Amino acid sequence: MTIMDLPMAPGAGAGQQEQDLVLEVRDVRVRFPMVRDWRGRVAQSAHALNGIDLRIRRGEAFGIVGESGCGKSTLAQVLMGLLPPTEGEVRRQPRGDGRPANVQIVFQDPQSSLDPRLPAWKVIVEPVVVRGRRAAPGRDSRSGRAALRACAAELAVQVGLRPETLDRYVHEFSGGQRQRIAIARALSSDPDVIVLDEPTSALDISVQAQILNLLQDLRGRHGLTYVLISHNVSVVRHLCDRVAVMYLGQIVEQGTAAAVLETPRHPYTRELLDAVPRLDRPWTDGAPAEPVELPGNRVLPAGCFFRERCPWARQGCERPQPLLCDADAPQHLFRCHVAQK
Amino acid sequence: MNADATPILDVRGLSLEFPVFGGAVRALNGVSLRVMPGEIVGIVGESGSGKSVTAMAALRLLPPDGYRVAEGSLHLGGDDVLAAPESIVRQWRGRRAAMIFQEPMTALNPTQRIGEQMCGVLRAHRRVRSRDALAQAESLLRDMMIPDPAQVLRAYPFELSGGMRQRVMVAMAFSCDPDLLIADEPTTALDVTVQRQVLQLLRHHARERGTAILFITHDMAVVSQLCDRVYVMYAGTVVEQGPTRRVLRDPRHPYTRGLLDGLPEGASPGTALAAIPGQVPDMRHPPSGCPFFDRCAFADEACRQRPALLPLDTDTPEPAAAGEGAAEERLLACWHPLAQPAADMPGERT
Repeated sequence: MTIMDLPMAPGAGAGQQEQDLVLEVRDVRVRFPMVRDWRGRVAQSAHALNGIDLRIRRGEAFGIVGESGCGKSTLAQVLMGLLPPTEGEVRRQPRGDGRPANVQIVFQDPQSSLDPRLPAWKVIVEPVVVRGRRAAPGRDSRSGRAALRACAAELAVQVGLRPETLDRYVHEFSGGQRQRIAIARALSSDPDVIVLDEPTSALDISVQAQILNLLQDLRGRHGLTYVLISHNVSVVRHLCDRVAVMYLGQIVEQGTAAAVLETPRHPYTRELLDAVPRLDRPWTDGAPAEPVELPGNRVLPAGCFFRERCPWARQGCERPQPLLCDADAPQHLFRCHVAQK
Repeated sequence: MNADATPILDVRGLSLEFPVFGGAVRALNGVSLRVMPGEIVGIVGESGSGKSVTAMAALRLLPPDGYRVAEGSLHLGGDDVLAAPESIVRQWRGRRAAMIFQEPMTALNPTQRIGEQMCGVLRAHRRVRSRDALAQAESLLRDMMIPDPAQVLRAYPFELSGGMRQRVMVAMAFSCDPDLLIADEPTTALDVTVQRQVLQLLRHHARERGTAILFITHDMAVVSQLCDRVYVMYAGTVVEQGPTRRVLRDPRHPYTRGLLDGLPEGASPGTALAAIPGQVPDMRHPPSGCPFFDRCAFADEACRQRPALLPLDTDTPEPAAAGEGAAEERLLACWHPLAQPAADMPGERT
C-alpha cells in the first residue's frame, strides 16, 4: 500500500475526506539550480524536496521533524505558497467565501522576520491590509485605521501583550514578546492554517514553555490547524497529533505522534530519537561514534536514501523504497522494507 | 575529588558591570564558582543570566575598557586573572584554559586554511617547526574522528559542515593541552545526532587527558548527560549548585524546579506546561533582595533580603551514593528551599 490509496480514517466516506482536508501536497519536488553550463542550461541542481505527499486535516497539529538540510523549511515555503514547486501540486481547500485556505507563518527568528520600521500594531495587522478585508471600506480613513488598531489591540491581549505597548517598535520587545507579536500577526487575517517554522528554538526554556502554552490555547480557541516544523522532538511530541519525519527531502516515517516518536519503525527515526539528550538517560562511557552527516543533495543516492548510514542495509535496499505500512497499523507509514513485518 | 587541590578556576563573589548611558548593567552579581582539576562542570541558565560573561571574564576576553569589576576575585590555576598584565594572560589563554565558542564559523578565521590556523595556535605556545606542527595538527584532527584530516587541513572553514567545524574547534582547544576547557554552548547550533558525537568526543578526550571542562548551556538534558556538577545561574548569580544528578532529581530552588517543569519532556502531551511567569529582572537596576522574587510562587517578606549561597541542610535522608562529593557540595541561595521532590519529577520519569 502506498500513501495515496490509503483510507484517511476508518469508515470515512470519500466526500467527507475532501471536506476535512485543508492542505494537500501531491508528489511535490523542488530543485534549485546550482551550476549552469556555458549555454545557461542547468548542469547541477540541489534536490531539496524529492516527492512529498501530505494531507493536512482541518483542526489537527501536524509536526515535521528532521535535521538541518532535510528540506523542512523548503516545505514550509511551499506550503505557504512562497515557493512554487518544480513538480507536483499544492492544493488549498476553498474556504466559505470561495478563496483558497489562508495559510500564515511564524518564523524562527522574530527579530529578522518582523519589519523593524513599523510599530508593533502595524506589524500585527499588516496581513489584514494585504489581504484587503476589513480595511477595504476607506483604507486611509480614520475609521479604517481605528478598526485596525482595535483589531491589533484585541489580538495583543489574546497573545499576552499589553495593548499600550503596541506603539513601540519590534526592537524594544524581548525575544519572547517578539514571538508573541509574530503569532498575533499570523492570527490577524483569520487563518485556517499556521505554519510554525521552529517557533521556540530561539527562545529560553521558561519562555518556550509560555509560548507553547499560548499556541495550545489559541489552537483550542480558534480551531486552528498547525503545521509545526522543528528539530526539537519533545516540542513536536508535546504539541502535535501527527508527525512526519523527513530525511533528504523525503518523508521516511509518518503516523500519530505517539506511534512515530515512541515506537519508531524506520532506522533513521530510531537514530534521531536516540540522539536526543534526555534528562533520565545518562550516557554510557563508550568510545565516541564515527561522524555521520547528511549526504549532499546535489546527486541523489540510488535506492533507499538512508542506505549509506543505515545499520540494517542489506539486499533490496538498492531499490527505491515506497512508504509502507503494516496491516495492523494502517496509519503508521515508513519507508523501509526491512522494518516491515 | 580531592578538596585540598588548587581549583583550576576559582571565582569568588565576582560582581561585574558594563557601563551604559546613565548607569550600568550589572551582568554578574556576586558569582562564586570553582572548577577542580579533571572535573566537568556545567553552568545552566537563561540568556542574560551571566553564564557567558563568567566564561569570558575567566579568560579576560571582555573588551578592556568596556567593563568594571565591582568586587570579587577570579583566579585561574591559582593566579589572579584580574590583576595580571595582558602579556601574561595571553600566555594563559590556550595553555591554561582554552575556549570553544557557540558558532565555529565566527570563531574561525574565514581567510585562512584550517591547517594554518591550527599551526598558528601550536606555534604561539610552543617552539615547534611548522612541518612538525602540521603533523601534530593532523593527528589532533584524527583524534577527533575526522575521516580525512589531511584534506580538512587544506580546507577553508566555509568548506566544512557545522559539525566538522566544531570538531576542528575542539581539536584546536585541546592542541596545547589546557588544564581547563571553557565550552560556551558548543553544540547549540548543531543537530542532535551531530551534537551527540561532538559531546562524546569532548568528554572522551577530557577524561583521557584529565582536562577540566566548564560547560555552559541552557539545555538541562545535555547537562544531565555530560556534567559531574552543575551551577544554576539566574540574574548574574548562582542560585543552586551541586552534583548534577541530585540537583536535577531533587531541585531545591524554585527557579531550578521551574526550569525543569517547563520542559515539554516532563509533561504529558497536550497538557499545559508549568511556565515560570514574568521575565528576568532588568539588570540596570538589579533587585536588592532575592533576584527571583518577582517570579517566585513562594516569595514573602524574608525574600526582600538577599539569600546567601549556603550549604543545604542535610537532615533529609539522602542516598549515600559512592563517588559523589560531600554533602556540603550542595549549595543553595533561597530562604524557602523546596521540600523533597514530588512524584512528578521529570528526572524520575522512565
